[in-house]
Amino acid sequence: MNCFKTLVNGIVKENPTFVLLLGMCPTLATTSSALNGMGMGVATMFVLICSNVFISLLKNVIPDGVRIPCYIVVIASFVTILQMLMQAYVPSLYQTLGIFIPLIVVNCIILGRAEAFAAKNNVLQSLCDGIGIGLGFTIALTLLGMVRELLGKGAFFGHQVLPESMNMLVFVLAPGAFITLGLLIALVNSIKNRKAE
Amino acid sequence: MAYFLIFISAIFVNNIVLSQFLGICPFLGVSKKVSTAAGMGIAVTFVLTVAVIVTYALQHWVLDPLGLGYLQTILFILVIAGLVQMLETILKKVSPSLYQALGIFLPLITTNCCILGVSILVANGTYNAQGLEPTLLVGVLYAFSTAIGFALALIIFAGIRQQLATVRIPKGMQGMAIALITAGLLAMAFMGFSGVDHGIATLAGI
Repeated sequence: MNCFKTLVNGIVKENPTFVLLLGMCPTLATTSSALNGMGMGVATMFVLICSNVFISLLKNVIPDGVRIPCYIVVIASFVTILQMLMQAYVPSLYQTLGIFIPLIVVNCIILGRAEAFAAKNNVLQSLCDGIGIGLGFTIALTLLGMVRELLGKGAFFGHQVLPESMNMLVFVLAPGAFITLGLLIALVNSIKNRKAE
Repeated sequence: MAYFLIFISAIFVNNIVLSQFLGICPFLGVSKKVSTAAGMGIAVTFVLTVAVIVTYALQHWVLDPLGLGYLQTILFILVIAGLVQMLETILKKVSPSLYQALGIFLPLITTNCCILGVSILVANGTYNAQGLEPTLLVGVLYAFSTAIGFALALIIFAGIRQQLATVRIPKGMQGMAIALITAGLLAMAFMGFSGVDHGIATLAGI
């Protein structure tokens, strides 16, 4: 039950993109289509779950003074494993995401959860937190990708649904990323405000 | 002339923040005041230029000859973290006044993805070198121009946000939402530069 609470917490209350506003670079850069956003989300989720579990296993062994470098080594190792796996099994997605796969190392969500959650909780809790936050991130990225793809290319997960004359190319390009994310955050904020009243 | 083209292209046409999406966290985080933005911009320029030299040397003289290319991500992030720490210590001893100005920004830079991102791009030679061989000199020029582009975008954005703080904004839009939309409009303005690099290249006959 407690584990389920942690999981939901990661998806809704502490959604990394819409509430904590962490990890903005991949959020903006890889969401030109829903599928790319989802791919990035799942890749980040993989690293997040592995590093959360591993760090909470090692939390009594790692000396306090050098914990951040240790966390970074753990995270970077899992990112390297991910890089090799993606290169082998999904080479096209690997090509599209490009530089943003090694950059998962410096995604503040992962180091943030390691420091704030995995270092203080047991393995099962950390696993749930990793899954919850990872899912929250994936859902946010997929949503952003869906909106941008629909407005920019008139497509839904690669299937054309709107006529080409209705495409607004700017949403696929850089400015569209900022504006769409800004509007989605404003939407989440106003829902939160209404609930508070 | 191609060197000049790299400079212009990295600052305006392919701005690191507004069209490459690297370094968004400090772009949104430390852009509330122009003076802090300028400090962060200088600190990033300094660290990025040094980091690119070190990681290029590491990649071409250690990792490649030994066939350890797969260790790139782990080693680079460690080297950058160590380098930032080292620069902080050296600055403190050599130039206390510069340390006073940049000190608080240095720890933030380790997790700035534009440092690791540009280091990887330069080490792999996968950036746009405008037809030149991607040597160390070209790489350093590219990194320096990129950092100037980062500083420029950051300072402009901070200027806008300072003005924005005095305006009434709808409740849901306050904070990050309006900042992101402003950044979007700024990115749209920078899109006006697209094609300038081709124009210069044609004029210069490259």
